[in-house]
Amino acid sequence: MPDVTPSAAAPVARLIEEFHKLPGIGPKSAQRLTYYLLRAPQEEAQALAQAILEVKEKIAFCSVCQNVTDTDPCLICEDSQRDRSMICVVEEPLDILALERTRSYHGLYHVLHGVISPMDGIGPEDLKVEELLERLKGSAVQEVILATNPNLEGEATSMYLNRLLRPLGLRVTRLARGLPTGADLEYADDLTLSRALEGRQEVT
Amino acid sequence: MPPPRVYKTEAIVLRQRKLGEADKIVTLYTPNFGKLEAVAKGVRRPKSRLAGHLEVLTYTSVMLAQGRNLDVVTQAQAIESFAPLRDDLHRLSRALYAAELVDRFSPEGAESYHIFQLLLGTLRRLAAGAGADVVLRYFEMQLLNLAGFQPQLQHCVGCQRPLTPVLNYFSAAAGGVLCPSCGPGTVSSRPLSVSALKVMRVLQSGGFGDVLRVRIGPPLAREVEFHLRAYVIHVLERDVRSAAFIDRLRREGVEELAGVSD
Repeated sequence: MPDVTPSAAAPVARLIEEFHKLPGIGPKSAQRLTYYLLRAPQEEAQALAQAILEVKEKIAFCSVCQNVTDTDPCLICEDSQRDRSMICVVEEPLDILALERTRSYHGLYHVLHGVISPMDGIGPEDLKVEELLERLKGSAVQEVILATNPNLEGEATSMYLNRLLRPLGLRVTRLARGLPTGADLEYADDLTLSRALEGRQEVT
Repeated sequence: MPPPRVYKTEAIVLRQRKLGEADKIVTLYTPNFGKLEAVAKGVRRPKSRLAGHLEVLTYTSVMLAQGRNLDVVTQAQAIESFAPLRDDLHRLSRALYAAELVDRFSPEGAESYHIFQLLLGTLRRLAAGAGADVVLRYFEMQLLNLAGFQPQLQHCVGCQRPLTPVLNYFSAAAGGVLCPSCGPGTVSSRPLSVSALKVMRVLQSGGFGDVLRVRIGPPLAREVEFHLRAYVIHVLERDVRSAAFIDRLRREGVEELAGVSD
């Protein structure tokens, strides 16, 4: 990295450099964060440093669902209230947070940690697919919900998983596709509109 | 001529990558401006008005505004989204391979009308259900022609004598076919059957209709694929990443058997 702050004291320059490595942090933001911490009370800086170390030390992937967790198995996998007949397959841990916010899903999850992207050289072997198949062996799971993103890579991943899961005699479902709340028909693309038509429902 | 400040173009979306919180950078292939990258703002939000019109492998009409670094997509309207491609891994994997090749073969801003038409035709053929591998071989050979890398299939690249209908050799490094006396001594030369040479000639100088009239069984299709892929990798000086996925589908028997040959 080019030296962005040639005149700053060495420890300051180093912190700026470290911040600059983070996603979405440009040179200016890195300087701002650094000078904020310089002025902040000792405890605040300590807490931040501690939090960063703790995340790296204590957080691992759940051996069952591959979600990030500090207990193994994770809280969701351990929870006896959850419906063990369903697994919802998602791309990233953040997708679990989104689904949990709905409060309408009570089954289990499986995190793939990525998505098939042939042009980037990312294939099924780079995802937690083996782990999913292993987990399904002799389990009580009856339905697998494929909740990858509705874009080209997500669809490719779902199609690929479907081929692997079908022969196991499970119910394999895919999240519905259609119009988002608050959308404009006028701006919808044909693909989305035709899926919305296909998935239309009786008004009750 | 540099494009004006706000301009409209047709394009095929080759790829996307994430940018910041909710944006993406899309790689567009256009008939007049060649390959260009543009920022599509907010397309990772569910209510984006652009997202569905800028999916990978969509033929779309876009309005672009010149930005400081990258141009910004201000409007987009999909023209064809090749829906059947998206429901079929077998065809999708081929379409991605084609898009990757166009991306790799095209420096940004190079003139591109014919390559654009070739890619569009290829996506249409794949979506229409023509034999996916034949479509792809035709695409590869025609792309090599348009990019100025056509392999020599008429004369021996070693001794320049016309080729005879016997077992010849193909060498990516030498740039084409070698006769039986020049072939064995040349680096990376592999045997090339009479039928494979014939198929490659039709791919190179025929129309797609001519290609469809040739009967190509699976072993012959594999042979031609092997030589062409070696040639493409040699020209690009790197692997074609999407090829690994095609190979994997084949290995796992996920392929529909129909459509592999013709």
